[in-house]
Amino acid sequence: MKKILIANRGEIACRVIRACRKLGLSSVAVFSEADASALHVQLADEAHPIGPSDARESYLRIDRLLEVARRSGAEAVHPGYGFLSERASFAAAVTQAGLVWIGPSARNIADMGDKERARMLARQCGVPVVPGSGRFADTDLVGIEAAAERLSFPLLVKASAGGGGIGMRRVDDVSSLRATALATQSMAGKAFGDGTIYLEHCIPVARHVEVQVFGFGDGRAVHFHERDCSTQRRFQKLIEESPAPGLPSAARERMAEAALRLCAAQRYEGVGTVEFIVDATSFEFYFLEMNTRIQVEHPVTEMSTGCDLVALQIDFARGAVDALEQKGIASRGHSIECRICAENPAKQFLPSPGTLERFRLPEASTVLRIDSGYREGDRVTHFYDSLIAKMVAHGEDRDEAIERMVDALGRTEIAGLATNVSFLRATLLHPRFRSGDVSTSFVDRYKADLVPRKAA
Amino acid sequence: MAIIEIKTDITGTVWKVLKRVGDTVEEDEPILILESMKMEIPVAAPEHGVVTEIAVKEGDTTPEGSVVARIEA
Repeated sequence: MKKILIANRGEIACRVIRACRKLGLSSVAVFSEADASALHVQLADEAHPIGPSDARESYLRIDRLLEVARRSGAEAVHPGYGFLSERASFAAAVTQAGLVWIGPSARNIADMGDKERARMLARQCGVPVVPGSGRFADTDLVGIEAAAERLSFPLLVKASAGGGGIGMRRVDDVSSLRATALATQSMAGKAFGDGTIYLEHCIPVARHVEVQVFGFGDGRAVHFHERDCSTQRRFQKLIEESPAPGLPSAARERMAEAALRLCAAQRYEGVGTVEFIVDATSFEFYFLEMNTRIQVEHPVTEMSTGCDLVALQIDFARGAVDALEQKGIASRGHSIECRICAENPAKQFLPSPGTLERFRLPEASTVLRIDSGYREGDRVTHFYDSLIAKMVAHGEDRDEAIERMVDALGRTEIAGLATNVSFLRATLLHPRFRSGDVSTSFVDRYKADLVPRKAA
Repeated sequence: MAIIEIKTDITGTVWKVLKRVGDTVEEDEPILILESMKMEIPVAAPEHGVVTEIAVKEGDTTPEGSVVARIEA
């Protein structure tokens, strides 16, 4: 393997290009019209246009990506995250075209991509799952009220084909159940082409903790410890850290064991993440889903363990991983990541596309990592996600990591569009956050402390 | 009776147009849904009225501050 096509854009494309360079491999970038002069295009060894700005006509076009692979002579495809990374049909098409797919098998992707099937597989290998209902297809809601009563309120209505918080709505009592269920079905039908929904018990004060794993494809697997991704807005992660603050070591160990059991049972191959929802009071944990790709927040784990997860993906795909032993994977100190996004916290975190008229970030160091797909003067368009940069600070302990991050955010200057930098800083400085009192409801609960009053 | 211009705060692409000219809309009822940075953003009627114009179609790009519809209220 000498040349890798990166079927993605933005910071993750830049991240994979760096890994290619480190391993002595050539990189092939692809770009839409909006990204013609983007950083990932500049960094790659070669770059090819794949269509209009709308991702459906470019980054999601399997035919065009395979055509570029053929034309450029790339031997492998790295999908990054988002876009086609968890589309089993893409993994299969890449393999059928005689190329190496850098990721888990199409079967792994399909098994975990179907949320209901994933839950069933988890249950089968003794991994606890949140109590939930069966599926309700199309507009058939017969029995939904009975199912809701069995689970008890509050509960979540979820789209089977959804993920990352998309297609998920909370219901507090029976009066709004039917309307919410129908609205979710309709939305899921339009967004995912599949209107199937199910109900799930809602844990009132919950934390989101995930285990980074790697499977050899033969039942063996290792983990790279956990990340706490509880600090979210609109079900989207904003701050991730490792280790999870205040999580008892017994719970941490049981979660890692559960994650490895799930990997073993499906003979998982490559890098992945097993996500759990954790009751913030009892530390009971439940399997949420498995992400069969590299994740946005993977640098948190890299900073704590010193492992290069993207290089590991590539090495495994080219058969260059010989020995990787659990006892050799140690987590040191504390790492914390902030996602700097083009969004306006004072306007319900609504997107804020625009031009980065000023974009000055502090200098990276051994204790501060910055991953970005943008430069000063670049446009952050409305076509793609709002992530501008990821900043990861490391410290001997949580306090030191937080202090370094606060300092780094304070030295970040962005003008030309609204960002969440001040919001992130206010969150890190908040006494409840500092005390480790993190939960998925943190942002809603302390919003008044975190978001400056909007000028009328 | 007054014509009210409905503007969008956000640059985006029109994902779904939910109402047609002549439709009655309630206050806060969505007229169309924009897509921006992978988010769906409804654009709603500021008050009860009747749609007199839909100024965009699905797939159009709407710059911040542009008029997307008019209602008579």
